[in-house]
Order: sequence, then C-alpha cells, then structure tokens
Amino acid sequence: MNQTASLDLPLPACNPWLAHSVTIDRITPEVAGVSTYHLRFVDPEAARNYRFRPGQFNMLYLPGVGESAISLSADPRGHVTWAHTVRTAGNVTQTLAKLGVGGSLGLRGPFGSCWPLDQAMGKDLILVAGGIGLPPLRPVIYEIAARRDEFASVAVLYGARTPDTLLYQAEYDAWRKAGIDLHLTADMSGAGWNGAVGVVPLLLDRLPLADAARTQVWMCGPEVMLKYTVKSALRRGIPAGNLWLSMERNMQCAIGLCGHCQLGPEFVCRNGPVFPWNRMAPYLDVKGL
Amino acid sequence: MPPWFLEKACLQDLLERLRDRGYAVIGPTISQEAICYDEIHTIDELPRGWTDVQQAGRYRLQRRADESLFGYVVGPHSWKRYLFPPQATLMTADRTDGGWSMQAPVEVPPRYAFLGVRACELAAIRIQDKVFLEGPYVDLVYQARRERCFVVAVNCTQAASTCFCTSMNTGPRCQAGFDLALTELPTGFLVECGSDAGSELLASLPVREPSAEELTAAESAREQAVHQIQRLMDTTNIREDLLTNLNHPRWQEAGERCLSCTNCTMVCPTCFCSSVNEVADLGADHVRRERVWDSCFNLDFSTMNGTPVRNNVASRYRQWLTHKLASWHDQFGSSGCVGCGRCITWCPVGIDLTEEVAAIRGDVR
Repeated sequence: MNQTASLDLPLPACNPWLAHSVTIDRITPEVAGVSTYHLRFVDPEAARNYRFRPGQFNMLYLPGVGESAISLSADPRGHVTWAHTVRTAGNVTQTLAKLGVGGSLGLRGPFGSCWPLDQAMGKDLILVAGGIGLPPLRPVIYEIAARRDEFASVAVLYGARTPDTLLYQAEYDAWRKAGIDLHLTADMSGAGWNGAVGVVPLLLDRLPLADAARTQVWMCGPEVMLKYTVKSALRRGIPAGNLWLSMERNMQCAIGLCGHCQLGPEFVCRNGPVFPWNRMAPYLDVKGL
Repeated sequence: MPPWFLEKACLQDLLERLRDRGYAVIGPTISQEAICYDEIHTIDELPRGWTDVQQAGRYRLQRRADESLFGYVVGPHSWKRYLFPPQATLMTADRTDGGWSMQAPVEVPPRYAFLGVRACELAAIRIQDKVFLEGPYVDLVYQARRERCFVVAVNCTQAASTCFCTSMNTGPRCQAGFDLALTELPTGFLVECGSDAGSELLASLPVREPSAEELTAAESAREQAVHQIQRLMDTTNIREDLLTNLNHPRWQEAGERCLSCTNCTMVCPTCFCSSVNEVADLGADHVRRERVWDSCFNLDFSTMNGTPVRNNVASRYRQWLTHKLASWHDQFGSSGCVGCGRCITWCPVGIDLTEEVAAIRGDVR
C-alpha cells in the first residue's frame, strides 16, 4: 500500500510519546534567524541505539512550551551528536534559541519516511531545495559524499531569498570536491553575488540532463517551489514516478494518531514527510485541503 | 450457543457480578435532559420509562408508556470518552540538576464494564481499535482501557429518525464485539454470549432457558428497529465520489450554514483527533503533557508556520466529511461512519451529512 519506506523503518521505543532527555552540545549559527543545534542524548543506551535515515525528523520538546517537528540535518553516520537546523519562528523554536550550549530539552524520534536512496543507486540524481528546505536534504548529501561511486551524476540546485541566507556555505567546497554539482541562485541579488538570480525551478530548466528517464528529482521547499519544480521536471521529460518531495503540515504526534497533519488520505507525519509526487499530485492543487 | 433468559429484576445481579469482578459499571443515565453514560451502582439509575426523540438539530426526552430500561437509542455521549478519555496524561517532565527528566505516567488503568452498548457503538469501538491498536503505533492509553473492558451490548428495539446503521452495515443487530448482548422484553432480557468472559459471567447469573414465545418476541422486537429506520445513505462508490468532488459548490453552501462549533466531532464515536497541552506548575519545573480531544473544525487545528491551512469553514467541513466517509477507507480500510446519527442530532443548525452526501453525489450523476 505504501510506496514510501516508512513501514520498513524501525519504530522508536514502545511508548512513542516519551521524549528522551538531550542536551545542546554545540550551536552553529547559520544565517540570520537560523542555527544548527547539535544534540547529545543523556542516556548512554539511547545514544547507542539512535539511528535515522535521511529525510526523517524528530520532535524536539521544550517542557512547558511544546514540541516542534524538526528534520534531521545531520550526517546519518554521526554517532555522538545529531544536528537539527532550526529557523526561529514559533514559541518552541524561540525558546530553543534562548537555550545555550548545555541547555536541556526533550527529543523523540526518528519519525516519518525517508528519501529513496536505494532506488537512486546508479542513477542521475538532482536535489532541489529552497530556503530552509535544504536541511532535510543535507543528510542525503552526506550519504552521497560517502558513497559517491554508487550514483551517476549528482546535482544540488539550491536557492534562497538573498545570497546571505544560503545555508551551509562553509560546506560547499567539500560538496563540490566530493563530486556534487552545486548550482546556487538567489531570488534577489546582493553585494558580491556573482551567481544566478531567480527562483530555484529556473536552475532545473537550465540543467543539462544526460538521460531524463534515468534521472531522479528530490525536492524540499515551499509548496509553490515544489509545484514549479515538478512542472519543470515533467517538461524536461523526467518521468512523474521519479519525482519525490518532502511535505510540511502541522505535525503534532508524529505517529499518525492526532489527525492534524492530514492531507487527503495521508498522515504527512507517518506516511511522509517524503512522498512520491504521484501520491501527492491529486491534492496539491486543491485549496485549503 | 443458544440464548438464555434473565428476569428483569435480576439485571441488578448482572451489575453486582460485574462489580464483584472489579469492574466500574458504566451505563446510560439521565443527565442535563439527555441520556448520558456514567458510572451506575443500581439499575434504578437507568432511564427507566424514558425515550428520546431525535431529528436534525433536536433532541428531547419523552416519557414512555412502559417501563423499558433501554427504550431509547444513543445520546450525546459515546463509549469513546472512556476508552479514549477527553483528557489523558502522556508524559511528565521534571527539572533536575542534570536537566529535564522525562517520565511516562504511572497509572492503574480503570476496568470498565459498559452496559447498554448498541450495535453502531460496537462498530465504532471496532473502528477505534483499528486506529489505536492496529496501526504501526499503539496508543497505550486506549490499549490499557480497551483490553480491560467488559462489554454488555443491548439490541435496539426502536430507531430514531436520525439512525442509518442499516446503510452503514453496522446494525441494528449486535453481531460481534460483545461479551454479553441483551434484548429487552417486558419481563426480562434475552442474553447472548459472545466471549469466554461473557460465559464465565453468565454462569454466575440466575438465567433460565427462554420459551419459544420469548424467542419470537425478541426477534420481532429487534425487527421493529429495522423497520423504523427510514434514513438512507447510499455508500456505493462514496470514496471516489467525494474525493473527485473536492471543489463541488456544495462544500461552500454547507460551510455557510456550519458554525464550526465542533459538536459533530465531539459526539462522533469514531473521531479521534487530539492535541497536547503543556500543564506546568508556576515555576515551570514540573510539566505534564496532557492530551485533549481536538477537532478539525477548530481554526488553528491545521495551523502551519502561523497560518491555518483550512482557513474557511467550508474547507473544514469538507475535511471532516471526506475524512469520515472517504479517506478513512484509505487509512483504516473501512468507513469512519457507523450511522449512529449523533452528528445530525447535535448539529445546532441541523446539518445532515446524509443530505450533504446525496447533494454532492446527485450532481455527479
């Protein structure tokens, strides 16, 4: 029934509501209003057992404030701390931003489906991200960098509103050295910017494709970006079945039981957040669904 | 197994045998001019000689000409409030020198015996079992209550104008999912057994074999309920008809009448949406995560990045109805509606889902 891999994934401990205690090991300021929090489990057994797959998310819990669904932006091969890149927006993320290194919070997860890495082996892969949509794809980039030979060409198309809001700039050289073809764009130019100007789907319009039928496109970003990226991909002859996207909805329980994140028949938290586009297509254009 | 007969006065024995076994017996009582479920200690607390008259947006209790104990259908409560309580603690967090300490709540789960569960309600419990127990994640609060509960069903011998269980194939006859099932006659009850726990309890009751007349009378009493059901909902192809009509103008029309009050979702025996509140002491050092019922009709239910996805009433009504009748099939392999009619009765403006579905499907053809 499910095309995504979520049902094959190991489920967290038997009480999915119980958060683990974690502490902030390190904070990397990224761009204005966005930081990466490297979290460490207090319980050594939880630390030993924790694994996730690229695309999955955790619920971060600030007691007395609430929870927020944050995708893992970490290297899946990491063992000590787990990176979460967070934009300060609501109550939970504002409270998190006030905690310093050593701060204590709760974490439960990992939850949700993952990017279909196994299906992409030997194929051309294009990752498309807009703004804060890059963090859920960063674990894929780490994974590819570690297993580069298993894929054909790999391109990352990334755009942000302005050049100074592009995330992870310090890592771009390493990605390129690892054989990843990185293309950047900004909606609006800025001082010192020599790159492309315009929305992300335009990068896909211009990207040379070796073999459209063997190309996979995985995307994460605002829904309007997803919509136009899909259009561009289809126009370029990439089969609809090769398009995957990471969706966002109001995820509260993360286990498909609270009802908030429903989109058509899907519980985005449990069946997603990573979906084959085919499965989302009937619902994306319906207003207010 | 053939049914047995329990004299009316001996229903109190049933209650007492359940209480002997450590069950809190929950049954129908009259509260705030409606039949509500609450803990009962004697059969005198049952709504003896009362019935309910229901139609879209209207519910009234009325005196019966007889002394029936179960001579009504379903009220605003359902057993959901006992198996999936409106408030439940999921977790606690305490601030310590070493940071937050998170604990699962320690709870002695209640042992409930439900008295008077109707066929549509057995179906509703079955649906919530599927939601809370049979998916990839189990709800521990529901599970603890469900696996300890004892179910005494009652076959309906009459129907309200809002009932449509026959359309949803859930009633009015209780077929499965009970420990014992009663059919009320003027002098007593025909008792059927549906489980080992049911036979064990039955063995402690002063039952006798029913007469042929009693068997016939019970059969015709149950038939009476079937004949009284007038309301229909055509469920043929309903999933496709609703999901391919997400932009039908009828949603807008219903949205203009709907008050988004959440009544339908609160009285629905299968609606399961919830939210979690942070309940903290003044120092914010001891925090309880408390789950409460929520509703897809609340504006902030779908809020994402500060903005609700379903920002008008029509979109919220559409979400509720399509979830209940269409996408529930994708998610749980059945309809989410059991045909109990509660949402019709308790809608303050009398929106009737059977009418809305007919309107949407009527335009399809």
